[in-house]
Amino acid sequence: MLREHAPPNGSSEEARATLEHPLLRLEGVRRDFGNDCALQELSLTVYEGELLTLLGPSGCGKTTALRCIAGLENLDEGRIILDDEVIANADHSVPPERRDVGLVFQDFALFPHLTAAENIAFGIEDWPREQRQARVHELLELVDLVDQGSSKPGELSGGQQQRIALARSLAPEPAILLLDEPFSNLDEAQRVRMREEVRRILKTTGTTAISVTHDQEEALSISDRLAVMTDGHIEQVGHPEAVFQQPRSRFVADFLGHAGFLPGRVIDDEVDTSIGRIPLTQIRGLTEDYQGTDIDVLIRPDDITALPAPPERADGQVIYRRYLGPSVLYRVKVGDGVSLETLHNHSDQIDLDEPVSIHLTAEHELAWFPREGDLAGYADDRDTSN
Amino acid sequence: MSTSARPTLEIPDDHWSIGLLLICAAIAAAVISPLVWVFWQASQVDLEQAIELTTMSQTLGIIPRSIALMVSVTILSMIIGGPLAFLTGRTDLPASRFWTITAALPLVIPSYIGAFAFVSAFGPHGEFTDLLGIDVPTIAGFWGAVLVITLYTYPYVFLTTRAALLSMDASHVDAARTLNATRLEAFRRITMPRIRPAIAAGALLVALYALADFGTPAFMRLEVFTSAIYWEWGFGNIEFTALLAIQLLTVAAVVLAIEARVGREVKPGASGTGTRFRLGWLRWPATIALAFLAFLTLVVPVVIFGIWLTRDPSVGAGVAFRPTFAINSLYLAAAAALVAVIMAVPVAYYAARDGGILSRLFERATYVGFAVPGIVIGIALVYFGANLMPALYPTIPLLIFAYVVRFLPQAVGITRSAVLQVDERYSEAARTLNASRFGSFRRVMLPLIVPGVVAGGGLVFLTTIKELPATLMLQPAGLETLVTVIWHANETLSYAQAAIPALVLIIVSGLSMLIIIRQERYHVT
Repeated sequence: MLREHAPPNGSSEEARATLEHPLLRLEGVRRDFGNDCALQELSLTVYEGELLTLLGPSGCGKTTALRCIAGLENLDEGRIILDDEVIANADHSVPPERRDVGLVFQDFALFPHLTAAENIAFGIEDWPREQRQARVHELLELVDLVDQGSSKPGELSGGQQQRIALARSLAPEPAILLLDEPFSNLDEAQRVRMREEVRRILKTTGTTAISVTHDQEEALSISDRLAVMTDGHIEQVGHPEAVFQQPRSRFVADFLGHAGFLPGRVIDDEVDTSIGRIPLTQIRGLTEDYQGTDIDVLIRPDDITALPAPPERADGQVIYRRYLGPSVLYRVKVGDGVSLETLHNHSDQIDLDEPVSIHLTAEHELAWFPREGDLAGYADDRDTSN
Repeated sequence: MSTSARPTLEIPDDHWSIGLLLICAAIAAAVISPLVWVFWQASQVDLEQAIELTTMSQTLGIIPRSIALMVSVTILSMIIGGPLAFLTGRTDLPASRFWTITAALPLVIPSYIGAFAFVSAFGPHGEFTDLLGIDVPTIAGFWGAVLVITLYTYPYVFLTTRAALLSMDASHVDAARTLNATRLEAFRRITMPRIRPAIAAGALLVALYALADFGTPAFMRLEVFTSAIYWEWGFGNIEFTALLAIQLLTVAAVVLAIEARVGREVKPGASGTGTRFRLGWLRWPATIALAFLAFLTLVVPVVIFGIWLTRDPSVGAGVAFRPTFAINSLYLAAAAALVAVIMAVPVAYYAARDGGILSRLFERATYVGFAVPGIVIGIALVYFGANLMPALYPTIPLLIFAYVVRFLPQAVGITRSAVLQVDERYSEAARTLNASRFGSFRRVMLPLIVPGVVAGGGLVFLTTIKELPATLMLQPAGLETLVTVIWHANETLSYAQAAIPALVLIIVSGLSMLIIIRQERYHVT
């Protein structure tokens, strides 16, 4: 199934099939805070109708990127183009109110002196009265809060506030909607429900949106495309599955969860590793041209299974065990400084220090990295931001 | 609004910022201008004459007397205010909330009201002698002024100290006790270092007030800077008043310089609940002391004015009370409050949101009225009127301007903290919803800061009603207000006419206390 997706980089005509009309482009954007570089060489294209998520650790510049697009921060270099108009470069900046960009704030920032309906109407003050009321009602219906129109923000629950904030930003029909960590102020149960809800609303209205988060599960589950950010630039952009399965760099592999790097050497049509030989056909883009080179194979917890084994046949031993409820995460030491993690059903029971053999159970292609290098072996030097 | 034409690239619309800057600069310049006239008038005195006037025996008495008054009041205020703060904030005193309010209330009652009551209540011909049939000592002169000013200014020390005590983690004291410190040692080593800056801050406010107070020394016939300026002005000695004003400003500047170094901010800390000091049998003497203080500062004036209320007001040379006086007072105060609010909003908004050097400078400039005694502002505007705009002096606009200069700091202070409380994201949200900078200010910021703006205006309104020196100096002919009636009643000894105005002023004072409590500037409750 994964092979149906084009790689995030390179000749990805297939991936762009639905991405026909570029709406927003960031080109070489830089933003400094004092001596710190919050954004550097940031380039990104957002296509009409898609939901793109900026994912990265805190402090990577993703919120700054949103604020630059909204016009709340100025650029030090580069430019931002919305619908073929330059809306910001180092010298000029169209003020936020004339940008046609909506922003849903992390803490919602609902105006406390206005009711929910008045909040929604805020951005369409200049519409004729009847049209305005109709629009507010339509949006209240869309977010399923018709009976809360006259409530003040303080009387609404977190999830309700979020939906009102979303409705408020959608009211003026912005060309693009920005969502800053939209679910971080909600509790766990609401968060999962609101993800679905927000996605439904955005898709119903056909809104182009950029969401920002540090939560990889959220990013993987709601986005059409995913852009992983670090140190103020974008490391990789692509479909969630593609980015997850074919990370372009060790950083992306690691950030998207529990990456293990298994050292090996290409010998004939196999890779020789401490847990056994892996056929080259199971490793993406690795050919016999690499004969004799040292590589690291990316192994995720769901790619392998550990089974108790007699010491002479074991690949390593369990050094750490974390009970997660439905499943158990084991960390197995398989060599000098090398450990792999594996996820088992909670009914499996392996003790600490127990010798185990490792079995590769993955049915998809594995990613690999040259021993000396952060970029994936199949990555080329082309800009992958699109 | 995807239907509207997409904006093209353009220079950010910064007219708003430039406009705001210019408005604030103009307000700052206007507020500072009176000082210019004092210095200009003083510079008209030639050096020889200046030296002669300064070394005159009269002047040589005024300077040390003023400083002695200031120092005595400050020390006494600390002696009263510090222990009261501890009593109400750290002990199991019964009804401590009630006593906190009675101890804080004198802050808002102008001291000349107390002076007026005390001068007439005590002494061989005073009301108390009449009432009790025994001779009561006179309260007047230097020590009379010290006593009265202290009674009405010690709350500054009381409130700052109490705020510091409440904001400190009382469990620290318990911790010290578990580390074998005695109660006294714990106080000295833990509590005292924490409240010392607060006591100093309160004391400096007291010093500034004692130095600037005009009414009390005038009622007590004590010649200090403020009263001397008024009396010499009455004799037409313009050069002398200008020199006295400069000298007064110099002493005030020294006090302010010390204050700036001490800093007034009491940092809020975690206020953990520690063990309260058990008063035991001491609670009764403590309660009696508090009750006595409340009796002196609050009950005595009310009783005295109440007695006068029963007298025939037509006796005496003054003017019998007429409702017009109150209406004049209200009208002037409302005008001053309105102007002050209009000036305070841009300055406070700019200072709170911009944070640049200029905005800070303009905000500081509006604090002139906090530092410059009312009598100096009064005399400055007299010079201004006499020299430059004879048509304006004495007129109502000039008087209102004097009020605004004096009380603008109150409006700016409250408005500024109201602006600071508004989450900056609201303005940003408004702008992403296509509101202009002015639009987001008008539709989001303004509605949210309205309570602060109204409170600021209310405080200006209530303090303007009580203002004495500038009112006396700039009073247009025939325009009597509540305070001018009190002043003339004192001069002509026709006390009965002052009863209603004085009682009204006490009620007004109580109302301004309500605003201060609601703004929680001093953590009164």
